[in-house]
Order: sequence, then C-alpha cells, then structure tokens
Amino acid sequence: MDAIFLQTLNGLDKGSAYALIALGLTLIFGTLGVVNFAHGALFMIGAFCAVTMQRLLNLSFVTIDETQKDFLGNPLKVETPYVESWFGPDMGAAIINWSVPLAIFLAIPVMLIVGFVMERGLIKHFYKRPHADQILVTFGLAIVLQELVKANYGANPIPTPAPAAFSGSIDIGAALGFDPNVIIYPAWRMAYFVFSIIIIGAVFSFLQFTTFGMVVRAGMSDRETVGLLGININRRFTIMFAIAAVVAGLAGVMYAPINSPDYHMGMNFLVLSFVVVVVGGMGSLPGAVLAGFLLGVLESLASMNEVKNILPGIDQIIIYLVAIIVLLTRPRGLLGKKGVMED
Amino acid sequence: MTKSSFTRRGLLKTGAIAGAGLALPTIFTSRANAYMNEPKGGTVTLGFNVPQTGPYADEGADELKAFQLAVKHLNGEGDGGMLNTFSSKALTGNGVLGKKVAYVTGDTQTKSDAARASAKSMIEKDGAVMISGGSSSGVAVAVQGLCQEAGVIFMAGLTHSNDTTGKDKKANGFRHFFDAYMSAAALAPVLSNQYGKDRKFYMLTADYTWGWTQAASMKEFMEGEGWNMVADVKTPLASTDFSSYLTPVLNSGADVLILNHYGGNMVNSLTQAVQFGMRDKQVNGKQFEVVVPLISELMAKGAGKNIEGILGSSNWNWKLQDEGTKAFVKSYGTEYGVPPSQAAQTCYVQTLLYADACERAGSFDPCAVVPALEGYEFDGLGNGKTLYRADDHQCFKDVLVVQGNDKAQNEYDLLNVFETTPVEKVMYEPDNPFFAGGDLGQCNSGA
Amino acid sequence: MLGLNKKDFSLFVFVTIFMALAPIIFNLFPTDSALGFFNGGYPDMMQRFAIFAIFAIGFNILFGLTGYLSFGHAAFLGVGSYAAVWMFKLLGYNIIPAIVLSIIVSGLFSVLIGWISLRRSGIYFSILTLAFAEMSFRLAYSVLTPLTNGETGLQVYNDDPQIMAGANSPDAPHLFGIKMNSASTINVGPWDFTFPVGYYVCAILMLISFYLSIRIFRSPFGLMLRAIKSNQTRMAYTGLNPRPYTLAAFVISGMYAGLAGGLLAAMDPLAGAERMQWTASGEVVIMTILGGAGTLFGPVLGAGTIKYLENVFSKMNEGLLHSWFSFLPDWLEAPVVWLISAFTGEGWHLTLGALFMVVIIFLPGGLVEGFQRIWKSTRRKTSGDDDANAKVTPAE
Repeated sequence: MDAIFLQTLNGLDKGSAYALIALGLTLIFGTLGVVNFAHGALFMIGAFCAVTMQRLLNLSFVTIDETQKDFLGNPLKVETPYVESWFGPDMGAAIINWSVPLAIFLAIPVMLIVGFVMERGLIKHFYKRPHADQILVTFGLAIVLQELVKANYGANPIPTPAPAAFSGSIDIGAALGFDPNVIIYPAWRMAYFVFSIIIIGAVFSFLQFTTFGMVVRAGMSDRETVGLLGININRRFTIMFAIAAVVAGLAGVMYAPINSPDYHMGMNFLVLSFVVVVVGGMGSLPGAVLAGFLLGVLESLASMNEVKNILPGIDQIIIYLVAIIVLLTRPRGLLGKKGVMED
Repeated sequence: MTKSSFTRRGLLKTGAIAGAGLALPTIFTSRANAYMNEPKGGTVTLGFNVPQTGPYADEGADELKAFQLAVKHLNGEGDGGMLNTFSSKALTGNGVLGKKVAYVTGDTQTKSDAARASAKSMIEKDGAVMISGGSSSGVAVAVQGLCQEAGVIFMAGLTHSNDTTGKDKKANGFRHFFDAYMSAAALAPVLSNQYGKDRKFYMLTADYTWGWTQAASMKEFMEGEGWNMVADVKTPLASTDFSSYLTPVLNSGADVLILNHYGGNMVNSLTQAVQFGMRDKQVNGKQFEVVVPLISELMAKGAGKNIEGILGSSNWNWKLQDEGTKAFVKSYGTEYGVPPSQAAQTCYVQTLLYADACERAGSFDPCAVVPALEGYEFDGLGNGKTLYRADDHQCFKDVLVVQGNDKAQNEYDLLNVFETTPVEKVMYEPDNPFFAGGDLGQCNSGA
Repeated sequence: MLGLNKKDFSLFVFVTIFMALAPIIFNLFPTDSALGFFNGGYPDMMQRFAIFAIFAIGFNILFGLTGYLSFGHAAFLGVGSYAAVWMFKLLGYNIIPAIVLSIIVSGLFSVLIGWISLRRSGIYFSILTLAFAEMSFRLAYSVLTPLTNGETGLQVYNDDPQIMAGANSPDAPHLFGIKMNSASTINVGPWDFTFPVGYYVCAILMLISFYLSIRIFRSPFGLMLRAIKSNQTRMAYTGLNPRPYTLAAFVISGMYAGLAGGLLAAMDPLAGAERMQWTASGEVVIMTILGGAGTLFGPVLGAGTIKYLENVFSKMNEGLLHSWFSFLPDWLEAPVVWLISAFTGEGWHLTLGALFMVVIIFLPGGLVEGFQRIWKSTRRKTSGDDDANAKVTPAE
C-alpha cells in the first residue's frame, strides 16, 4: 500500500514537469494556433539559466597560495568567488548555495525575451502556413537552439545542486501518521511539486481574474469577433507566447537539480509533453494539467516491480499506449472542446 | 588522366572500367595492399572513436585527451610520459616504425549504429590502421566486430563488460581495462568484511551488455559471501530520472543498494538515491549502504559529496605511487591542468601498447601485431606487472578497490585506494562460464 | 520510354548516370591534395547516400503526395534491419532472403501502424506515428532484447545456425558469393576512385525504387493521393473513401523504409535500436523537405546533400581548421576558427538545423524549388518559357 502511495507521489512529481510544459504548449496552441516543437528547447534553456546563474555566482579570482601544493606539486591556485569577497565568506557561500532558486530572477527576463523574439521573429510568419510547416520550422529551431547550447556549454550534463536545505528527504509518512521511515521523499522534489502548483495556479488566475486574461480567453474561443471589437488580439497573443516561454523556462530552472541539465533534455521532454497535450485535449488548459499529472502517476505506477512482472516493459511505453488509446477513442482528448482540432 | 598507374590500391582489369558501374561487380579483385590501409606515406593514421555526446561523454572527452597525449609522446613531443617507464624500450619517440603518427577522431554518441558508422568512415576514408576508444561496452563490442570484419586492430578503451573478451571476443580486438568479473571478485570480500555477512542487496542495472554481466558477476560473488539478492531491476541506458526505480528500494527489505550504472547514469542514480535519504537510513537494524561496483574519478566529480564513503572498484587511480603512474600524471597534469582518469590511463596505455607491438613486429599488419601482443608481459604502465593473455586478449593485473574520499585535500582528491587486490585473486580460466561461448577466430588483415 | 514521358525519362536517365558515376563525382579531388578532404567517394558514404535516398523517396510518397507528416518512419527502417539480420543469423549471409524479408516484415508492420494511425490526420497523425515509433524503439531497447540484442545491437555470431550457408560461403553479407564489402580501386594519376560492390547493389535498388516512385507519381493512384492532400473533405463528398488510398501510400512508404533498413544491414550486418528513435525519423523528414517534398528528384537531392555535407562537416575538427587558417594573423585566426568550429565537427547538427530552417522559411519547395527559380530567371531572359516546371513538378 505504501509502495503505491510512494509511487503516486513520485508520479505527481514527474507529472508536474509534464504539466508545466504541456500548459505552455497549450497556451501557445490555444492562442496562436501554432504547434510548437521548440517548446522542449525552451524548457532546456530554462534549465541552462540555472547553470548560467551558478556559473555567474561562481565567477572567481585566482590567488596563489604558496603554502599549499596542488596534485603536481606546484603552488596551489586558490579560486575565491567574487560573491564571497563582496558579501563575506558565509553570506557568499549561502548565495552560491541558493543559485538555483535565484536563477528564477534570471530566467524570467531571459525567457520573456526569447519568447518575444521567437514569436515576432519567426512564428509570426507561420500563422498562415499549414500545421506541418509550423511543426517543421519549430523542429528546426529546436535543433538550432539545442546545438547552440551544446556549443556553449558542452555535451556533458552539468551538475546543478539544489540548496543544501533541500538536499535531504522528508519523511512524509510520519507527518501523515503512517509508520516512520516508510514514505520518504526527496525535499527538492516536493518543492518542485509545490512550485509547479503555484505556477499553474498563477497562470489560471491570470487568465481568470485579469482583464488581459479575459481578452485572451475571449480570443482563444473566437478570435475574429474579438478582433472586430477593436481589440488588438495579436499583441496580447504575443505576450501570451512570451508567458508560455516563461512557464517552460521556470519548469526548467527548478528541474535542474533533479537531473543535471544537458543540451538534449528538451527533446526528451518534447515528445512526452506533446503526448500529454493530445491526451488532455488540444487547446484545453485544464486538460493539459490534468493529463500531465495523470500520465506522470500512470508512468510511475507502471514501473512498480509487481506491474512489470506481469507486463514486462510496460513502464517504457505506458504513456504512448495511453495516448494511442485516447486518440483513437476520444480524439478531442480528456477535456478538449468538441470541434477543436478534431479530425 | 592519360596515364594509369596501378601502384597504390591497384585494380587488375582496367578495361572493365569502360563497362561502367553496373558491370563492375563481376570484376572486383583483391587489393594490391598487403593488408588493410597499409600506410604508404610518411604517416600512419590511428582512429580514436569516443563518445562526445550521450551519457558517457565525460569519459569520452578524457579518453580523447589521453589519445592526443599518447600521440604526442609517440612522435617525440612533450616529456615522453610513460614511454620512459615502460618495460619495453622499442619505442624511441620518432613515431612508429619511422612513420609520424597522425590521428582522426569520431563521435560514437554512445550508440552502436553511430559508432560503427564513425569507425567505418575512419577506416574507409581516413585510412586508419587501428581503432581505439569505447566507454560503452555495447559500442565497444559493436566496433570490435566491425574491426574484425574490416581487418584493422581494435584496442578497446574503457569497456568493462565480460562479453568484450568473453562471448564477443575477436582476434583483432584487445582489452587492457579490467572486467565486471574482476570487479566483483575484488569487491566481494571487502564488502562482506565491511558490511557483514548477513546482508540483503537490491540492484539497479543498466540494461545492456555491461550491466547484465556486471549484475551477474556481483550476484555470483555476493551470494558466495552469504548475501541475498532481493531484486535486480533493469533500467534503460538512456534514462536520466531514476526516481521510480528508487522508490521501491527502501521498502523492499534490502539493506544494500548496488548500482550497476556508469558515467552519467551513475551520477544521476547515486545523486537521486542520496536525495531519497538512503544513506542515512537504518534497515533491518543495519546502516543502509550504497555500492557502485565501477567508479571513476569523473563520476565521483559529477556526484560531488554523494560519493563520500562509497565503495567500488577501479582499473587505476592517479594517486598510485609507482613510477609509471607518476610520470603519466605529471605529463597529463602539465598538459591539461587536471589529473587523468582511469579512462584516460587505459586509452593512453592501449595506444602505447599498440605502437610498441607494431615496432616489435616490424609491421602494421594486423596479423603481425596480434601475435606480438598475445601473451605479452609488460610493466611500468601504472598497473604493475601485466599480462595480455593469448586465449582471450584480456589484460590481467591488480584491481583497485576504491572508496569515495570524505576528507578531500583538493578538488581532484575524490577517491582513495581502499585495497589493492592482487591479480591472482581475480584471475580466471578462459573457459569460465561467465566468459564462455565466444571464439576469437582468426586474425583478419583485410587483404 | 519505359512507360515514362519524355521529361521523366530524361530525369531518370540523369539520375541513373549520376548513380553510376557517383564514385567519380564524389571523388573530384586528388586523394593526397589539400582538397582531398572534400572527397566523399568512399563506400560507406555512398552506400548511405543510396540507402537514405530510398528511404526518402519512400517517405516522399506518403508526405509529398498526401501531406501526412509521419514522425515514425524510422521504426520501419529499424524493423527491416532486424528482419535482415535475423535472416543472416538463421539462413546465411546471402542478402536476397534478408532484403525480401525486410520488405515483407516492415510492410506488415506498416499495415498495422498505418491502419491505426490513419484514423486521424494532421497533427494527431504525426503524434500517433511518433508514439508508435517511440514505443518500438523503447521496446527494442528493453524487453525485446532477446529479439534485438538491446543496446549492443543485433549481430551475427559464429555459432548461429546459418542453415543455408555452405562450407565455402563468405563470412560477410554477399550476393551469391560476391561480397558486399569488396571494392575495386582505380588509380588515375593522383586520383583514387573506389568502386564498391555494396554501393552498386544499393544504387540499382535505389534506381528501381526511383522508377517505381515516378510511376506512382504519374498514375491515377498518385493523382488520388494528391487529391487527398489538396482537399480531403471534397474528395469524400464525391463518394470516394480516402482511407484505402492513404493506407496504401503509407504501406508503400513503409516498405521502402524496410528496404532501406534491410540494405543498411546488408552493408553492415549489425542493427542497433537507435535507428528507430524519433529523431532518426526526423532525419528523413529533413532530407525530404530539404530536397523538395512532393517533387520526384527532391528526396534524392536531399539525401545526397545531407549525407555528403555530414561527411565533410562532421570531420572538420579544430586541428584541421587551425591548419587551414594558419595563414591568417593570430588575432584573426582564433575567432575565425572558433566561429567555424561551432558549425563543424560536433557542431554539424547546428549547420543542418540552420540550413533546414532557411529552407522551410524561404524555400518551402526545397532545393529543387531553388534550382527551378534560378533556372526560370535565366530562362525568362531568353524565352520566357517555364517548362522547367514540368521536369520536377511539385505535388500541388
């Protein structure tokens, strides 16, 4: 029983990454009608914002310490981060330690700019082209973006640890009244889950409770009428694209401690998140979130040894299997509106 | 284009060319070369095929650096490194057999297909007489097979599967690195000494040839020590998030986790295992322990603090105090500013051994090089006295049991040598069941 | 001639001559000269060119004619390869049974996947095929290991049955005794031209595939497929059910992919699971579109361009660049080399991605359209006639 609980928890955690990426994808599709194959790359850029922040904070000056020797017997070169010399060793070390959460402040402007440039510079010209062309050009863009990251950061995964305060695990079982030591979950993964709930909540409230959001929602359901009312819907959609990029980027920043970022991580997530979007229903924001968590949990449960003993390899393909079944039996997805992209 | 010459890679019947491409299959003939890619000019080309992307990219980058250093030393540049400590004095620093050593590099992407394609173009386009590299046993096995077919020598880099010199051994392939069986043989007594006889272990295993043989060897030897296996779960090589494989471990009743992972896989799985709090839990009244049978410095670096206190095995460590190691660390460290990893050492040594064998054989002909390496005993290359066994082309030497260092002096001081297991303890017969089923076959010179 | 109209026939003859002379065309430069680096006339590269041309020609029958964008075609290629290697293991190294079986197996496999996937169109079709391909890859990589040998790749061992292999059969893939990896090299002065047997086997099959694709393009069936692309609803209103036609196109292109996979295994008898991954499907998409989707010659051009550029670009490492640009002053050399090295060697995919984007944005008809534009602008000056369009007609 606790094994199932634990796997469900783990699934919710996996699912939060899927949900965040799928949310952004759906925002873009729902507003602009564009199928964005470069969305995984945005996630990856977010994760590399965390890497960059870590590097920035670790920028060091070198002093030579004659009293110590390095492994070759030469005087040791001691690197002191500027942050430590400015704020004192303790404060500096603490700042460096918190580099991943701090990277959020780097990621937001970076992703806004990336999103804005992408939409104005490229996607804009593809509104009138067929979906196939949109897929292809964004696929090309995804390759270019990931190769640019590879050229700058190398092909190896870069360890980006979470703050020390989050490095351990939490005994959730004990907190909920189960036996201690049975349901234990890493603190940072819990933080990721909470973070994703906050972001999802923020996006929904933004759409629900602001005038801007209202206009966007109106535009999503009937673009032409909103245009006829004299509202410049395109500009708002551009901003929504940038916001979707920020959501993907933030998902990436916070994901960096879970898996060391490498240039290819976006492609790995891309396929999954598309599957999530179609399962949830193309254009349905609640659908994307629901499907994200659902598929995460399913994947996790399928990887239990008990399940794998009955159906070997099921953990590898469960998500795709579900997607195929959903697409064939309920083409508009779980929560998709009737008639939206249903053919 | 009036004059045709048939000197280099000649063809017999020129007239048939007129029949153009389609008629050609009937007139193919053997080459005029005595063997595949016989070097005719002033240089000889070696092919270094390493993973530059994928989960083993870190190791690949280090291997490449070692190859480049070896080529420098062979050509007489730099301080000569282990050439000065090598027991054979055939190499003098003026290239190999008087030819300057050149090299080409390729990216295996840690994928068998890509690795074969890359090796093929090195052989066909660049005229490489020897291919070296690895880091994934799956890739090494695939490329070794290709080299056997093509008729060039394959000097395996880092590959640790039993199959490389067991089920998949080839006459043209040689491995200096140790194997999974030796790791398990060296680790088992140490583990049962440290953690007690009555232990239950859970294994996560990378799902490919290396993982399987590593898991099978560990199971054999740990059960021999009285331990019990709870489960052996296979994880795909490409996975990065091991959380769903790790969650069942703590509730399975196991009190030891053995991670048959390497490279980026191991960095992720170990880090995540530590995040799951495994190293500070008590199970069955005992401290829960994590074991990583094959550890390298690069993995230790990637795993950071998580590696402290973890036991595993290594082929070599830069902190060894023999003359060969010291010479190598000095020249590698001076060149690149960091100490070499075990992957770097094995690749450097393999290049030297190949060059030395050519020099002693007096030819680059694979069928002359193979006998020169078979049964060859040498010393001074960092591992002590070493034998290249003729039966399976595997090197036998001491194995190091290493432990993650919890009192690091500097950022490279990541692993301590816990114990050196002498070669007799890890030696096995060529017909050992873990290595059975293979056949070296005949050396192939591609002629 | 051969049932082709004049324009198609001349295109076919042109491609035939090109394929026959490829070993010379790709080796334009003397072997030991500085430009010898740009040669691509070695067996592996040319074989891949011919094989991927088959793959792309097949993909083009589906995508170019019907507009269904499949992101899962690599699965058929992979299945074909596995089938071929199994034939090598069970029967022997003769490539005929291997290739026949690889076409059959991938044909059956594509019937299954096509039948399911074609119930949807547009983006859903793309994602369904992608999901199937990714499933096949993951299964081949994990639980199907007994069939596929997982990550190591399926290969032939000495103790495999090989029941049809005689005592003197070659121990490498062969066609009735002629080994695929044999080749003849002709030296003409400083030039070396390699004529590999394997390449010509691939080239002949590629020409047959190409011929069949011309016939399909010009047939009533081809017309029907184009009708599906331009307006499926309208076609349905006329009382025609489009699905059997799309399924037929899907299966044909799946069989082309299977043939390509079988040939890959025949040239190098090892099948790795990676060739089924969705990014491998992306490669054939890129090839087809780069050359010109919906045109006859586009896929061949795309496959040739990409395989040749890959051969050249991915081999340029920094050491080589330094030696080329050593004539520049130091302060200039370093940045130049740095800039170029981002696009070469490991960075080759950056070049590919950028090239692909440029084509999608500015030349939706691919390189073929580019050539046509150039051709037209030169012709307009003289006669204003634009019959060049007919030579390689886009689908729409």
